[in-house]
Order: sequence, then structure tokens, then C-alpha cells
Amino acid sequence: MAAPIDLHEVMDREREERFRTRWRVKACASTACMSAGAGATIQAVEDMVEREDMELEVQVIPTGCMGLCSAGPLMRMMRRGGDETDYQKVTPDAAKEIVRSHVLNEEPVPEHLLDTTMPFFTSQERVVLANGGVINPDRIESYVAHGGYQALEKALTSMKPKQVIEEIRRSGLRGRGGAGYPVGSKWSLLAAAGGKTKYVVANGDEGDPGAYMDRTIMEDDPHRLIEGIAIAAYATGADQAYIYVRAEYPRAIERLDRAIRVARRNRLLGRKILDTNFSLAVEVRIGAGAFVCGEETALMASIEGRRGTPQLRPPYPTEKGLWGAPTMINNVETLANVAPIIDRGGDWFASIGTEKSTGTKVFALAGDIVNTGLIEVPMGTSLREIVEEIGGGVPDGRSFKAAQTGGPSGGCIPAKFLDTPVDYESLRELGSIMGSGGLIVMDDEVRMPDVAKFFMEFSMDESCGKCTPCRAGTVQMHNLLQRITDGNGTRRDLRDLEHLCSVVRDMSLCGLGQSAPNPVISTLQYFRSEYEALIDEEEVVHA
Amino acid sequence: MRETRSAVHVSFDGVEYEGYAGESVLQCARRNGVTVPSLCFLEGLSVWGGCRICVVEIAEDHRLRPACATQIAADMEVKVETPRLRAYRKAILELLFAEGNHVCAVCVSNGKCELQDMAVLCGMDHVRYDYQSPLREIDASHPKYVFDPNRCILCTRCVRVCDEIEGAHVWDIGFRGEEAHLVTEMNKPWGESLSCTWCGKCVAVCPTGSLAYEGRAIGEMEHDPAMIQRLAVARNRGEWLYPGEEQ
Repeated sequence: MAAPIDLHEVMDREREERFRTRWRVKACASTACMSAGAGATIQAVEDMVEREDMELEVQVIPTGCMGLCSAGPLMRMMRRGGDETDYQKVTPDAAKEIVRSHVLNEEPVPEHLLDTTMPFFTSQERVVLANGGVINPDRIESYVAHGGYQALEKALTSMKPKQVIEEIRRSGLRGRGGAGYPVGSKWSLLAAAGGKTKYVVANGDEGDPGAYMDRTIMEDDPHRLIEGIAIAAYATGADQAYIYVRAEYPRAIERLDRAIRVARRNRLLGRKILDTNFSLAVEVRIGAGAFVCGEETALMASIEGRRGTPQLRPPYPTEKGLWGAPTMINNVETLANVAPIIDRGGDWFASIGTEKSTGTKVFALAGDIVNTGLIEVPMGTSLREIVEEIGGGVPDGRSFKAAQTGGPSGGCIPAKFLDTPVDYESLRELGSIMGSGGLIVMDDEVRMPDVAKFFMEFSMDESCGKCTPCRAGTVQMHNLLQRITDGNGTRRDLRDLEHLCSVVRDMSLCGLGQSAPNPVISTLQYFRSEYEALIDEEEVVHA
Repeated sequence: MRETRSAVHVSFDGVEYEGYAGESVLQCARRNGVTVPSLCFLEGLSVWGGCRICVVEIAEDHRLRPACATQIAADMEVKVETPRLRAYRKAILELLFAEGNHVCAVCVSNGKCELQDMAVLCGMDHVRYDYQSPLREIDASHPKYVFDPNRCILCTRCVRVCDEIEGAHVWDIGFRGEEAHLVTEMNKPWGESLSCTWCGKCVAVCPTGSLAYEGRAIGEMEHDPAMIQRLAVARNRGEWLYPGEEQ
């Protein structure tokens, strides 16, 4: 068996490497920037460095997501021991000019400069995404150099499993998948469960339209997830873990596979991790395109190779999960918070955010907003700050109408509640949910019944078909919404729609069905007049 | 086995009954002669919990739970006939009628259909929602039986009885949402199935006219889920029971 990785030696080596060249070019190679052409940009810089013999002067490092996806491809010039200059919309030609200008003339290139003093960057607090734009996700050394696997080493060598759970409990961390269940309690449930085999599962079946925080973590910081899983498994006594990734994330699957292999080679996974008595096997399992597999019981069915449909609960997964053994399922973002908590302590984490919702939350800003991209803010940040300051407000002189959180399971929050702090309880009170973190901003041109119809169509398509209310109810709700938005609705349709909302919410088997009416319920609550206007017009025509 | 179970007090709509720890709310109600409407449940087969007709209200937290999948607990107060539940049940039956092509007048099971009985029991006299009138192809390739997906309500009794009792697993559900439908083997015609043993258990347990004997005319198809139920219970308990004998 090979010797385990020496974290401190790797850190020293990486520091030397960091100071080897006068310039370091960090280019965002995350999916959003890649689709904006970052691949060609990085290639152009690498070619130029090689052709013009600048290897001793410049090193090019592809990194994870820098956040402001709408301004991609993003690039950062870093001077040894000195200042950083960020650039946006960097085409291959611009990239070459920028590198030349910095290296030869010590001059920035003004036309592509990115203002990092704007609130988008200054108002964020990065815990989960701390390594975005910093490390090269393909190199474990890069992760280790920025403090990676220190928490695992600390947990394995100086903490008992109970202490790890206690630390998580003190942190107040809650599940980032949507419902916000206290993570410490979930871990102790699994730790208390009997049996020889126990499983930990990372839920990376991120399916809400517009949300991509889990993908970014898996693609851009895979070792952070693996470290979180290893700590969770150590704390709960599990020796097998799965990362369930949706098939639509091929890059995440590839990166995770490689990261697991590398971690195993370095004795951070596998048998006798870091020469302790703790062993853990981690495998990636790939979904087959069903949204419902984000639901715990459906996810487990899918991992077992069965049809991904939800099962009745109880028994809960921590009692009887994968192949009948106790199983704990945590969201990817939840697990990505674990290493920093163990590293810096639960009290540090609890000091961020609000009393009941601690830590930070990653949001995917999308829709009618100037700055779209991934942001991470402390819990309790007001919606206004997120939309108007960090997001830069609504473009084209239009005004803000509503923000949609929680995807097809969430609701719309109107302008009058912009000052609401974003935490689990406040959003629930407004009829929405935190969800996985999709945040879609809508301007005054958007018709809310259309929004409800869009999400209902999504739920209808993604219903597994097991239970009647969800399978047939979403179809009928979509019919009614179609009729109403076409201007052919009647008062009776509206009444039937409202009744179906409660039937589907109260009678469905799993969370997908139970929350499917939420977009309709919340738009009816805040924008009822829009529905009625669509109906009244038609009645006048008929008269 | 029952003798070793401890008895607990439960109440259905305010009337007290005796329940046994370990039995489900639905089983307890049936044993005591309390009517709880249900469709997908069949004693002896595994619990599916998909039709949602048997949902009842548990008084302690006002939560709605499927009676077939909820265990009896001491002093549990179960509500079956509340205005809300009645309205919900009706709505679900309407949804079932609207999504398929349930035309009783031309159905082989007319008058002997559990879906029809449920509609009568729950007072469903009309359908508010749009009839989806789906185009679903009938599978008449089997020499002995006919499968008409237009009348299927996806209760999966046939799937479960074929898998759990016969051990053939010919049936399963394919596709999802409103496209979900029963498939035989790998979505091949039933007649080409190599695993089907022609035992007819799936036909016997079907609550509607979806699975029927070849050549039956309107109202001529009588299913016999009770027979399979006796068989299944007996197998599960390792005993044999005759009709009329107390379970």
C-alpha cells in the first residue's frame, strides 16, 4: 500500500510553484465561461506563452467558476506577491494582448477591465465557492495548497465521530437541498442506526431550471465534496458512499471520477485512510434524466438500478435505505460546507447568517437582471440587496416585479417583500421555499399566470406517474392554466384550479407532487388580479 | 401469529375499535367492518400507495396519510369521512376518469368494476375536468387475454401479483407522468412474451376492465381478486384458507 499524501509537503511544493513565475494567468474554465469561448481563450494564451518563450515568466492556470457568468470568459492576471487584475469578455485576441501588455509593459488593458469593487464582488461571502477562480479543479495539489483535506486529517486524527457531529450541530448547518433539515440531527440518526453496513449519499441530481450551484461544486471543486463525504462517513460510521449525479452533467461525472481515483491513490479514500482505521469507498452513480430522482427514495431506487419512483415513508432512509441498510442523503452544497466547518469550527460558521439559518447560501441569479451568475451570500441577506446591488438591478429601465425561488417547488415573491431576509423561515412564510438556490428575477413585462403555467408544465413532464394526484392532477392544472392564459378561462376554471391546488398538495405521495402547486398558489396569492383580468376580458367579449 | 399481537384502542370517526399493533389502518378498518375506500391496495400483495383514494386524516397532527401504508398506533384517532377528504376522494376519482377512456357502457367489466364501485361509493356523479381521451393501443396479441390500456388506472396490482406471487414479472410500468403505462417484458406485445405463464393472476386482480379474458362482451368480465387475495395471504403466512373461513 502506498504511503498517504503528506499534506504539508504538498502545500510547500505548491507555494514554491506559485512563486516560480512572475505572472500567473487564471482563466475561468467553468461550464458557463467555456460555452462563452473560454476554451479558445485559454488555448490562445498557452500557445502564445510557448511560442514567445514566456514559460519562465507566465503560467496559465484554468480555474473553476469566478461567479459573474454573464461577463465571461473571465480572466485574472496575478503578479507575484502583488496585485490582481480581472478581465471580462476575454476573446483569444484580447487575452494575448492582455498578457503581453502586463508582462512586457506592466500596463493593464482598459477596455476589458472588470470592476471588482462593484457590489457583485464585495457583498459576497464565499465559503462553499471559496476556491472558485482560485484552484485548478483537475489537480488535487491545488486543492491541498488552499487548505484542502486539512479538515479530514483533523477529524480523523484528533476528533471522535461524536465530536464531529457535535461540531456540525453547533454550526447550525441545515440541508441545502430545499427543506432545510438540520444536518447534525440527520447525521446523528445515521450514527445511531444499527447494522454493519451504512451508506452516505451525496445528492447531485440538481434539476431546478436555472440552478447550477451543485454542478459548479462538482465540476470546479470535486475534492471539497469528497472531503465532506469522507468526514460525514467517518462521523456516522458509514464505509460506502455514492455520489448521485444527473447524466446531464458529463463534466461533473468525469471530474468526480478522476478526483475519486486521485484521492484513492493518495490514501484519502479507500482502505485505512491517512493510515487511520477508517476506510471508505466512494462511487459515482449516474441518473437517467428524471427530475424526481432528486427525491430521496426515488434516488435510492435509481442507485439500486430500479425504476426511479418515490417510495412511501416511513421507513425513512436512515432506518431502511439502500438495499435495506441505513442510508443518509445530503445535498452536494450541504456536504461542501462540511470541511470549512470542521476546519474553522461550528461557532465560526454559526456566526455567519441568521440565528436559525446559519452560514451562506449559493444562488444562481438568472432572468431579467444585469449580473447573472453564481453568488454566495450570508443567509439573511435581503432580497433587495441580492437583486439591486449584487445583481445590478433590472435592465433596460424596467422595474422589478417578482423573484422566483425554489424552482418548480417554490413560489414568486412580489416587489413589496423585497426587504425580506433570505432564510428558510422567511421564504416559507411568503409561500416560497429556499429550494436548491435558483433565483429568477422577473420584470414588469412578465405575466404571472404564464410563469405558473411554465412551472406546471415542468412538473407535469417530470411527474413519475406513480400517484394519481400528481400524474393526472398536474395535467388538469396545466389544462386550466392554458385555458386561462389563452384568455378562454372562466370563473369556474379558476375555482377548479384552486381546488386542484389543494388536492395535489395534500394528496400526493412525494415532495414533487406536494410542492407542484406552489407556483400557482403563490402567484394566485400575490397576483390574483392578473388571473381575474384574463378571465373578465373574455367574459366581456362573450356578452 | 395474531394471538401474540397486543391489542390497542383506535377510533374511526369517533367510534372505538380494537386494533393490533403492526397492522395498517386500512387492515384494521376492514377487519372491523369500517369502510375505507381504496383501489390499488390488495391484501397479500406489497403496499403500493399510489392511488391515494384511501388517504385518511390522523387526528393528532391533522396530517393526511394513506391508510394502506400507515401503521396503527395506540389511541390513534382516524377520520375517514370529513368534508375535505370526501371532496379530495371525489376529485381523485374524477382525475382517474378524465385521464383514461373509461366508458362504462361499452366496457367488459361494466357492473363488476372496482373503479365504478368507488365512484358510486364516493358519490362521484360527474367529471369537472377535461377528458384527455388519449389514444392508447389495445394489446390483443395474447391468445387468452386482452389488455386495454384505456381502462388502466395504474394500480400496479397486476405488476405486483405477477412479480410477487407468480414470480414471472411480465408486467411493469414504462415511461413517466401522463405517458406512464403498463408494459409487458421490454415493451413487447404480450403475446410475444416468453416469461408469461398464462396463469391469469393479473387478469384476476385487475380492478377495471383493463385486463380481461379474450372474447368477453360488455359486462361479461368478472374479476376475482378475492381468490388471489386468499392465495397470497395463505402463501405469506404459510397456511391455506378456504372461502368463508375467517382469516
